[in-house]
Amino acid sequence: MIEQLDQMQQAALAELGSINTLEALRAWRQRYLGKQSPLGEISKGMGKLSAAERPAMGQRINAVKQLLEQAFAACETELQTAAQAAELARDQVDVTMPGRPVQSGRLHPITQVLREIEAAFAQMGFGVWESPEVESDEYNFELLNIPANHPSRDMWDTFYVQTPQGADQVVLRTHTSPGQLHAMRYFAPGPTRVILPGKCYRYEAVDATHDMQFYQVEGIAVGDNITMADLKGTLAQFAEQVLGTVKIRFRPSYFPFTEPSVEVDVSCTFCQGSGCRMCKHTGWLEILGAGMIHPTVLRNAGYDPEKMSGFAFGLGPGRVLQLKYGVSESRLFFTGNVRFLEQF
Amino acid sequence: MRVPLSWLKEYVDLPVSPEALAQQLTLAGLEVEAIDYVGVAAPSDSPWAPDLTSPEPPEFIPWDPERILVGELLEVKQHPNADRLTIPVVGYGDGRSIEVVTGAPNIRPGMQGDKVVLALGGARLIDGHAATRQWITLKPSKLRGVRSEGMVCSELELGLSEEHEGILMLPPDAPVGMPLRDYLGDIVFDIALTTNLSRALSIVGVAREVAAITGGQLHLPTPHAHATGPSIEGRVTTAIETPELCSRMTLGLIEGIQVGPSPIWMQRRLLLAGMRPISNVVDVSNYVMLEWGQPTHAFDADRVTDQHLIVRLAEEGERLLTLDKQERILSHERLLIADRRGALSVAGVMGGYESEVSSTTTRVLLEAASWNPITIRKTAQALRLPSEASRRFERGVDPELPPLVQQRCLQLMQQVAGGTVAQGIVDVYPQPFVPPVLDLTATEVERLLGVQLSPQAIAACLDRLGFTTMITGSSVHVHVPSYRLDVTIPADLVEEVARIYGYHNVPETRLRAELPVQYTDTMLAGEGVVKDILAASGLYEVISYSLTNTQAVEAWEGRAIDATDYLHLANPLTTERSILRRSIAPELLQIAAADLNQRPTIRLFETGRVFEPNPPELLPKELRRLVIVLAGPRAQAAWLGPDTDLLDFFDLKGIIENLLARLRIEGVEWTRVEDSRFHPGRSARLKAHQGDPSQPLGICGELHPDTRNRIGFTVGRVCLAGLDLDALLALRQPVHFQPLHNQPAVFQDLAVIAPVEVEAARIQQVIATHAGPLLESILLFDQYSGAPIPPGQRSLAFRLTFRAADRTLSDSDVNKIRERIAQRLSSELGATVRGEA
Repeated sequence: MIEQLDQMQQAALAELGSINTLEALRAWRQRYLGKQSPLGEISKGMGKLSAAERPAMGQRINAVKQLLEQAFAACETELQTAAQAAELARDQVDVTMPGRPVQSGRLHPITQVLREIEAAFAQMGFGVWESPEVESDEYNFELLNIPANHPSRDMWDTFYVQTPQGADQVVLRTHTSPGQLHAMRYFAPGPTRVILPGKCYRYEAVDATHDMQFYQVEGIAVGDNITMADLKGTLAQFAEQVLGTVKIRFRPSYFPFTEPSVEVDVSCTFCQGSGCRMCKHTGWLEILGAGMIHPTVLRNAGYDPEKMSGFAFGLGPGRVLQLKYGVSESRLFFTGNVRFLEQF
Repeated sequence: MRVPLSWLKEYVDLPVSPEALAQQLTLAGLEVEAIDYVGVAAPSDSPWAPDLTSPEPPEFIPWDPERILVGELLEVKQHPNADRLTIPVVGYGDGRSIEVVTGAPNIRPGMQGDKVVLALGGARLIDGHAATRQWITLKPSKLRGVRSEGMVCSELELGLSEEHEGILMLPPDAPVGMPLRDYLGDIVFDIALTTNLSRALSIVGVAREVAAITGGQLHLPTPHAHATGPSIEGRVTTAIETPELCSRMTLGLIEGIQVGPSPIWMQRRLLLAGMRPISNVVDVSNYVMLEWGQPTHAFDADRVTDQHLIVRLAEEGERLLTLDKQERILSHERLLIADRRGALSVAGVMGGYESEVSSTTTRVLLEAASWNPITIRKTAQALRLPSEASRRFERGVDPELPPLVQQRCLQLMQQVAGGTVAQGIVDVYPQPFVPPVLDLTATEVERLLGVQLSPQAIAACLDRLGFTTMITGSSVHVHVPSYRLDVTIPADLVEEVARIYGYHNVPETRLRAELPVQYTDTMLAGEGVVKDILAASGLYEVISYSLTNTQAVEAWEGRAIDATDYLHLANPLTTERSILRRSIAPELLQIAAADLNQRPTIRLFETGRVFEPNPPELLPKELRRLVIVLAGPRAQAAWLGPDTDLLDFFDLKGIIENLLARLRIEGVEWTRVEDSRFHPGRSARLKAHQGDPSQPLGICGELHPDTRNRIGFTVGRVCLAGLDLDALLALRQPVHFQPLHNQPAVFQDLAVIAPVEVEAARIQQVIATHAGPLLESILLFDQYSGAPIPPGQRSLAFRLTFRAADRTLSDSDVNKIRERIAQRLSSELGATVRGEA
């Protein structure tokens, strides 16, 4: 019986070596380990053995069985691995072929930069407001200390809307500054701290850098003891947040609705202040106008200018785009040109 | 304001370089936009250095000090071979001389001793004979057989002007042999002045600022004319009928003058400052205006009837021929200087032709007055006559200047035109200037600047600028000088303190003031959310012009529009942008059509305001709108299996459905719409169940082929949705959290066969109504027509998902519902459910 077993084991292992499909492997198992297998037959013959021989024989049979089972498992794993590898090979692609296109949209660069600006000021406690685009002369000029027939009116080339004979003048707002009045009149005599982004209009022929329509962000903070130093700190933080590491500087300037008034420059974002063509070799780029709100404007808004003070600024997202990304042609903003839009 | 350095230096010492001065002026609010180097080489590190390497010469060129010199005509010979050419022999010092050949008409044989500009070989000049402005490097050459060793130069060749008729003649005292750079070279600051800086519209005014900023010593003379003539008293008189518009009138008289060209030095300065020389008398008037900031006007005294000037308002329709020989018809508002016979000049704006100083004038009556700024501005605008004079008057001129500039003008006129100055001036000054007095406290400075300064420090800043100060305790008592009419309130003084103290010394601090209670503008925030959803749906955001035109609107509308429906600009720049939009669609469609020339597919949206007239209110309603435009193939041909069908109604509807879902707006009804702008079978109106049912949310569809043609689309389908964003945002619902149930869902597919006229939404509505509370969702997933479905009918397949919160649904639960739905579909719509009898 033992020879029988040895022969059978050798035959089985020899046969296993030539098996290369899972079906054949299963048939092999049936043949050598199934009920009808020689091993089964041998097991059945156990009864004929003496009680003394039986344990040894039993152990021997089990050993063979275990050996064949292990051989089966190893072969099965090997075949499965090979089958999977073959499957994966069949599934191979040329990875240099282009991917499936995704239809992805985008926000207008002005919307994108407005959000950055809004976020920067939100961190400093500024709410976001809107005000009308079509304004009365009163809000656009008079209340902002820009009386009719004052030479400072020349600072704004204005679109007027046709109104009936004898009626007050209506303008397309030339700046977001009328929003100052709307916001302050809401909050006065309490403190105000808001920014007002929006579309503005100027009677200005369109060329590469001028447009009859543009965006502006007005900012105002009114309260107890708000100073020029606060304005400087606020704008420095804004510049840092939106433009990265830059320095700012103030130059005296003039706006009828602020006193003192300043023009604000940032260190050149292209040459980091060492001087280049963009900054005309000065190391500085103009970014916005600002100042302490004029007492007359505060009074018009319902504040006592002796008790409350505040600052105001007006900055252009278009200018920020220019300083941030070198967008040199603002006239592309409103053309809807996809080749422009898809760059942002 | 253009400021020649040589002129400025007459009034103030400059302790710094011109470039450093420019920097300091800019930081003090007088923005130096450019420095022109006239004949002088720029330092290489100057930001304003001209580009000398470019083929086109800059406006001003440097003059080689070795090769461009003051020369003297020693002799002028006739050219032997050409009538039009002469051969000047030009000396240039130390006994040196050369012969040059010239065709200049103002060089004639026999001339001797005249001073000219001589350029030697190797000098780099502007080519006077080239058609375009270009460089030439001078080389000795032969002209008609005679060797020319150099050149006598015209203004054009030196880059001084366009003048090339003759060569530039220098004054007789020009030092022979001196480099022209040292004789005529100058540096000119071009300063951009904000409206408040009227005080700096003069050399003296800039000098005051320079002195304050740099600490350089100011030298302001008190001009005094050498008056030897009979007293003006009683010989010249004036009457001011409108003292509120003319607060001061001064008159001076000079007799026996000879009108002619002004001297070179004066012409040079006028040119560098941007004014054209005219004649000695006029040039003096302009020169003094540039120098002191006070315009004056010279009348030919012999043309003033009775030597009596009247300041009065014009008669309505009164006529005056002005200097520019234009007949002006004046309204009653115009302020005039007149004599008894009629108008002589428009006060402060422009002189009259009749009383103008001419070549034969011998007696000049000089007027220097203070005019009301508003009157001057209105007049200059009405007559379209902005001038150097009106620019100064409308910004405000120092009321103490008129007598001073009388002396200066008379002094200079005598110097350049001869004559005798009458003693004294007429000065009518009913309400003399009283210096405003302001009190500025250290507290106020700190309150506005955030900088603690002592009263002494504050006073020191102001003193430098010419204010008179006196310290009392913590307060500074300030007398405002007459040339600082812009300073009227303490905040103005704070600015002056800041300018001198320096903004770079102001620290950067954080806001410590109390914050207001903030609130979120939910509509503005909502618009942002909509933009995000649409961008995530694959759309590009566009921002177009709010100004449009009738044609664009009519191309969209397909009919003539009613002009009264629109706000019109009173002063459009172009007819293309002359009305305010009432819809975003016309402009966005134009953009879409243009973009389709660049890309095969466009998916665009815009949100923004439209403007609706709102009479009798003058201001319009500003309404928030959204427009979406889609056109072109859904995808580009791709190796992965293309979906290149044209984008259609359902692409657009999908985007809107997603938008509505994300905004949690339920129950929006889509109904077919008859609108001539749209494809009649592929357009729908959107209505909300909530809110005002008469107000649709918008319209959505494919454009009618006629609309496409009118706008110029060549693509087969263009889809457009126009939505009322205000209404949409108002319908937003907050999230209502639904607990997640673990009970399994049961699915039922329902194939409903119904006449094609029965809209899917109707069928779905019946299903939803009768499916009961266990229905979780319903999805239309297939449409089929053709055998075995009878003609005129279609099968719509719905997948219904049922779920109960508390138990597993059984087949019988769902079968009962299914039966009920089938019955209702049959009874209400005549539809059958496949598999149900």
